Amino acid sequence: MTQQYITLISFGYFGKHFLEKIAEAIKQELKCQVNIKESRLDLSEFFDPGRRQYNGNKLLKAVDDISIPGSVKTVGLFSVDLFIPILTYIFGQAVLNGQVGIASLYRLSNERYGIEADDKLLLERFTKEVIHELGHTFGLIHCLTPTCVMRSSTYVEDIDQKSQSLCIRCNNEIGQSQIVII
Amino acid sequence: MARKISILVVDDEESVRDSLSNWFLEDGYQVECAENAKKALLLIESSHFDIILADIKMPGMDGLEMLKRIKALKQDAIVIMMTAFATVNTAVMALKDGAYDYVTKPFDPDDLSHLIRNATKQIVLNQENETLKDKVISLESIEDLIGDSEVMKKVLRQVESVAQSNSSVIITGESGTGKELIARAIHANSPRRYYPLVSVHCGALTESLLESELFGHEKGAFTGAMYNRKGRFEMADSGTIFLDEIATISSKMQIELLRVLETKSFVRVGGNKEISSDFRVICATNRDLKSMVEQGTFREDLYYRLNVVTINVPPLRERVEDIPLLVDYFIKKYCTTMNKPPITIDDAAMQRMEEYSFPGNIRELENMIERAIVIGNGKKISLKDLPLGKDLIDNSIESLDEFEKTFIRQILNKYNWNITRTAKALKVDRVTLYNKIKKYDLKPDE
Repeated sequence: MTQQYITLISFGYFGKHFLEKIAEAIKQELKCQVNIKESRLDLSEFFDPGRRQYNGNKLLKAVDDISIPGSVKTVGLFSVDLFIPILTYIFGQAVLNGQVGIASLYRLSNERYGIEADDKLLLERFTKEVIHELGHTFGLIHCLTPTCVMRSSTYVEDIDQKSQSLCIRCNNEIGQSQIVII
Repeated sequence: MARKISILVVDDEESVRDSLSNWFLEDGYQVECAENAKKALLLIESSHFDIILADIKMPGMDGLEMLKRIKALKQDAIVIMMTAFATVNTAVMALKDGAYDYVTKPFDPDDLSHLIRNATKQIVLNQENETLKDKVISLESIEDLIGDSEVMKKVLRQVESVAQSNSSVIITGESGTGKELIARAIHANSPRRYYPLVSVHCGALTESLLESELFGHEKGAFTGAMYNRKGRFEMADSGTIFLDEIATISSKMQIELLRVLETKSFVRVGGNKEISSDFRVICATNRDLKSMVEQGTFREDLYYRLNVVTINVPPLRERVEDIPLLVDYFIKKYCTTMNKPPITIDDAAMQRMEEYSFPGNIRELENMIERAIVIGNGKKISLKDLPLGKDLIDNSIESLDEFEKTFIRQILNKYNWNITRTAKALKVDRVTLYNKIKKYDLKPDE
């Protein structure tokens, strides 16, 4: 039986242990094997000089075009500022009930807000964001439970308020669509 | 099952329709799209939409003309006009023609969320009440507060009665007694439990950091502030804010806090827009606020604003009968966390703990149990595993060797007797580790 898994593709330098920790958290929360890969994209093709940001819709499509045999869900990881036309910024996005998501740590670091850097907090925030987008690929919509990772976060401080775990209801829902068991 | 809110997105740009559609779908709304006014009107005639989000500038019939026709069809329709080219004229025209709101693209994600939420507040509230009652949500309950003693039962009764009200609460008690847990229990049993409990440790922050933390700041408020930042008062909207170590805040912060508590509104640092927030306040302190008021170091008006109800959490030495329950709880907790089989504690160790004064209260007890599980022999916690002062001093030399032997064995077992990894974990070289193994005659477990 071919084992299926989630793939994290890094499009930038994150540090080996940084991504391993995220992978470990995903494995714990979503009960799924996680592989880490590196890839390259010419990000200048996705840069909007008027916005001085990178087009999230186009990046999502580019990640979707990278086919990885055996991978049931793929999340592209970036460290650039993302936008979609209708919004001033996004932390990440995913195809609801689809196969692909993207997430960026650009707006998650304290330094962007004039606060002292906190690498541990950055890792926590990015982990939550990646699990959140993966949740969308498994068909989960935003959750009202304050501590659920699927709660909508429009400010980085909102991310800090929630945990990296799914609430019981979301966990049950994802259990119905989960196809990979370790 | 509660009906989903339905949204119609009308915009000639496919990327806008797709982005908004995805955004609203992720929020649980039902979404349909139309690329022009004519198609939108056909859809509106045949289906009900709770909200219509329409672009103004479209080829053919523009958004303003469409708005008039929608209002002629359905007077109470909620129509939000959006444009990338905002002018005062079009804004006034749209609102005069009955638009619910007029917004400029691109939106701040938080503004978009607020906009849609406000537009459907009553509908969402009704649906939330129905669906949330059915949900199984893991919340901290009163049962998570451990204690059978009379003093703790009294605290739990106070928590139960105060939880249902909106009153401000001050929780007093020594450090490590569980004041934050009490705050969480109050929130979890209150009508605000489906909204955030936001904690602020006032004692850990300088005045300027605390100000930014509580009120947020606007982009450019100070060097390095590249983006807006939401403050804790804003994050606690509809929920609860927990201010720990309230006695440590400066006089200036006391004045600002009083104003916020009285008006439930504030301005972000560097901003000029008033922001309202509906929150409940719970504070905690290990100081005597009343004395501080008498000494003039804490404002009297703020004290009376905060101190509607006081709950005093007793120190551990006043609830000795709870120690076995707490020990049992922490043993289970750390054995689970460390993936170890459950262990017990011998009678002598338990008795010694009941005699000990625990100046650090529950925090100290928890730390003691965790340490004992790490360094212990894995079956039973005994006296030698507990750093309870007198015993440690009397047997210091033997205990240190015993401690080192046990600790090294623990780490060797953890790394399956891989000498390289064990030495690295212990931050010693391999030769030193081999010498220790020889000294203590350590062998792998059978």
